[in-house]
Amino acid sequence: MSLLIELFITFFKIGLFTIGGGYAMIPLIQQEVVSKGWISLPLLTDFIGISESTPGPFAVNIATFIGETSAGFPGALFTTVGVVLPSFIIILVIARYFNHFKDNFYVKKTMRVLRPATLGLVASAVYLIFSASFIHVDYLKGSLNIPGIIILALLFFVRFKFKKIHPVAIIGISAGLGVVLFSLFP
Amino acid sequence: MKATIKKANLKLFLSFLKIGAFTFGGGYAMIPLIHREVIDKHPWIDDNELLNIFAISQITPGVIAVNAATYIGYKIGRFWGAFWATLGVTIPSFIFIYLISSFLVQFKDIVWVEYAFRGIRIGVVVLLVYSVIRLMRVDKINILYILVISGSFLLATFTEINIIYLLLGAIGIGILYALLSHNKNTGGPDDDGPSIEEEIE
Repeated sequence: MSLLIELFITFFKIGLFTIGGGYAMIPLIQQEVVSKGWISLPLLTDFIGISESTPGPFAVNIATFIGETSAGFPGALFTTVGVVLPSFIIILVIARYFNHFKDNFYVKKTMRVLRPATLGLVASAVYLIFSASFIHVDYLKGSLNIPGIIILALLFFVRFKFKKIHPVAIIGISAGLGVVLFSLFP
Repeated sequence: MKATIKKANLKLFLSFLKIGAFTFGGGYAMIPLIHREVIDKHPWIDDNELLNIFAISQITPGVIAVNAATYIGYKIGRFWGAFWATLGVTIPSFIFIYLISSFLVQFKDIVWVEYAFRGIRIGVVVLLVYSVIRLMRVDKINILYILVISGSFLLATFTEINIIYLLLGAIGIGILYALLSHNKNTGGPDDDGPSIEEEIE
């Protein structure tokens, strides 16, 4: 029982002190979780890689994983609720009161700067995934990743041609193209 | 009345279930799905509010995907809306990780899984390019906007700067901008013109 409470409190803390999203919390997770012996450092490193290939927010993935491996289903439940709860409570409070502040002169002007700053961060994430897929390909050091470029071109074509296509369909097509093209040109 | 509220919550839950299940690679990757599910399919919020939600999610503690789901859920259905949206976005991760946790290390070594996800990463790039362009059309683009968006992009991409400092800097510039335009306002008309928020409302 005390293990469940400890798991809950640890992940509540991780959820509470993460600002700026998923990967910002890795050092904190490492410090909290590896030191308690819930996961080894190499497995944590592996998990970060695996988490990129599984759906959902990284924070929830790692919470569920550590909960499950430490205390089975109840563990997974406690860690996941723990990591989600701070976001949930804080945003409920903000959503409740933001309407009162959103027309405030200072809030409005600050949002005018914060909005492009956020978009810049999204653009940076796009660029980093893009360059990781095309430039630093380990099996063709330094050169371009031909199947990757073919997939990119095909996907842009599909997205351009079928403007109403659902993002899930694009994800599905990209997975299929990945399997076919990377198998053909390993 | 009560039945329609419940129906809205069910729709919210299902939309966020889909968003959670097909978001690969963290919070931002959900933007194209939010565009489709929460703005285009159900006109629950608009692009202007989405920008506010992501900016707020960014500067408040917590998981960005959960922050955004809770906020949008609250907007649509108050407490229970927030509850169902958050549950929806969380459940796919939970189930998936729970199921694969026992053979997680082997999962990584299945070669076609790796190929599929290399493909998906490219798919996410394509979707996000469209989403970013779409969101850039919301605000009036002036010199400040261009400086902030390119500054934030360059710092986040090419330096090791902690995102928290970057965001604090943006807030600082925002307050400075407010103070400067406040002073100007006492003298003459607002040089910034009506912002898009004012035009929409």
